[in-house]
Amino acid sequence: MLALCRRDILLAVRSGGGFGLALAFFLILVMFVPFGVGPDRAVLARIAPGILWIGALLACLLSLDRVFQLDAEDGTLEALATSPIPLTGLVSAKAAAHWITTGLPLTLASAPLGYLLGLPAEGYIWLVTSLAVGTVSLSFIGTFGAAITVGIKRGGLLLSLLVLPLYIPTLILGAQVVTRAVSGQNPVASLALLGGLTLLTLALIPIAAAMALRANLR
Amino acid sequence: MSLWEYANPVKFMALSGRILPFATVLSAALLLTGLIWGFFFTADDFKQGSTVKIIFLHVPAALMAINIWLMMLVASLVWLVRRHHVSALAARAAAPIGITMTLIALFTGAIWGKPMWGTYWAWDPRLTSFMILFVFYLGYLALWQAVEDDDTAADLTSILCMVGSVFALLSRYAVNLWNQGLHQGATLTATKESPIDGSYYYPLLVCIVGFITLFVTLVLLRTRMHIRLRRSRAVLAREASR
Amino acid sequence: MIPDLGKYASDVLSAYAIALLLLGGLVVISLRQSAKARKILEDAERKTRK
Repeated sequence: MLALCRRDILLAVRSGGGFGLALAFFLILVMFVPFGVGPDRAVLARIAPGILWIGALLACLLSLDRVFQLDAEDGTLEALATSPIPLTGLVSAKAAAHWITTGLPLTLASAPLGYLLGLPAEGYIWLVTSLAVGTVSLSFIGTFGAAITVGIKRGGLLLSLLVLPLYIPTLILGAQVVTRAVSGQNPVASLALLGGLTLLTLALIPIAAAMALRANLR
Repeated sequence: MSLWEYANPVKFMALSGRILPFATVLSAALLLTGLIWGFFFTADDFKQGSTVKIIFLHVPAALMAINIWLMMLVASLVWLVRRHHVSALAARAAAPIGITMTLIALFTGAIWGKPMWGTYWAWDPRLTSFMILFVFYLGYLALWQAVEDDDTAADLTSILCMVGSVFALLSRYAVNLWNQGLHQGATLTATKESPIDGSYYYPLLVCIVGFITLFVTLVLLRTRMHIRLRRSRAVLAREASR
Repeated sequence: MIPDLGKYASDVLSAYAIALLLLGGLVVISLRQSAKARKILEDAERKTRK
């Protein structure tokens, strides 16, 4: 499983796929916000938590269709499915690799991008923490969506339609952590709920994703 | 005789064919009675004026929108556990009805909201939850459309329905944390004395039962349609392989 | 015929119109689809019997 995870990370980094792409997308999206709403610092600071969370979420979505697609095309996925690794383990390894190549860089990039949007000083630590916790669940939920759509040609759009509604609780709680921190309320309760949500997805999603993969490989 | 007998498509077709005419007549009669009673023969509310009449559409549609998703969840679980095709096709048949009910609840609610709250739309937890429910229905239907193989589609949509139910429920509570609402709590409860006046309560009850029978009628009709389509695909596939 | 709906007449009427339109549309679509399904099945079965 670890080998599989490492292989996926290496593939993602070397092919130059999701790794840089998601970050570039995140940067461009954040850059677009002042174009859209004007450069007023107060307005930007007010909406920064939401924008950063939505930006990270959308950037996360970009590389999801690659999670299984390449392996499915060249038959590796079938070989992996017949290997002694349980399917839940396979899914978890894939999701972990996706998080390390997308969620983690997005989390790290969010702090400087937050500065660009004038996020108040007390927000940074909570922004990074909430994204670090939340993007894990984004990657796992996304892997579930990828497992569902693996057999569908040009399933990218459908993947977004399936995955985005599932992202709603994570987005609400994650953005709430930062908003509360910035407005001087205690963000710990929201962060705890977000953590609980992530643990729930960690426990349940691999099972569902493995079921979906099994249905697709039959 | 066990209930599972009717999971056999042939038996289901025979039984549903016999029920369908009765269900059609019953749902038409109940809906006409309830809506005419509600529209023509109820007094205006002293506070809400005639807009109170919208309740006879709004409440049944909203109830059905949620309960149809639950029915789809049960049908999906039955498919995953016992692999009865009728069950999977019934879930598929119910989804378009559910999405229509969600739309009716949203639209009638918006029209009701304008004179009462001064706005068609507010980001209120209940309203938002219904919009989320609408998106879940959309994804579910799109997945059915996209997958070619019948059994794989049934599997995948069932799994999606299961996971979707968990996340729809989570969204419902997350949304509650996120904003305080304009919408009142549930008016109808099974346990407490009804707070609304009998002159509204009885036509509303007729409307709710009418919506339920309409749903049953449509689900039977649409399940029969999907069984026929599935059978014709199987017949053609057998023909092609010969 | 239509009861006096007061100043909210347009709201109530449009709510009923939209809801009945949606329900009617659903019923019509379901009926047409199932008629088509019946025809497809009959065609398929006729073809195989030949």
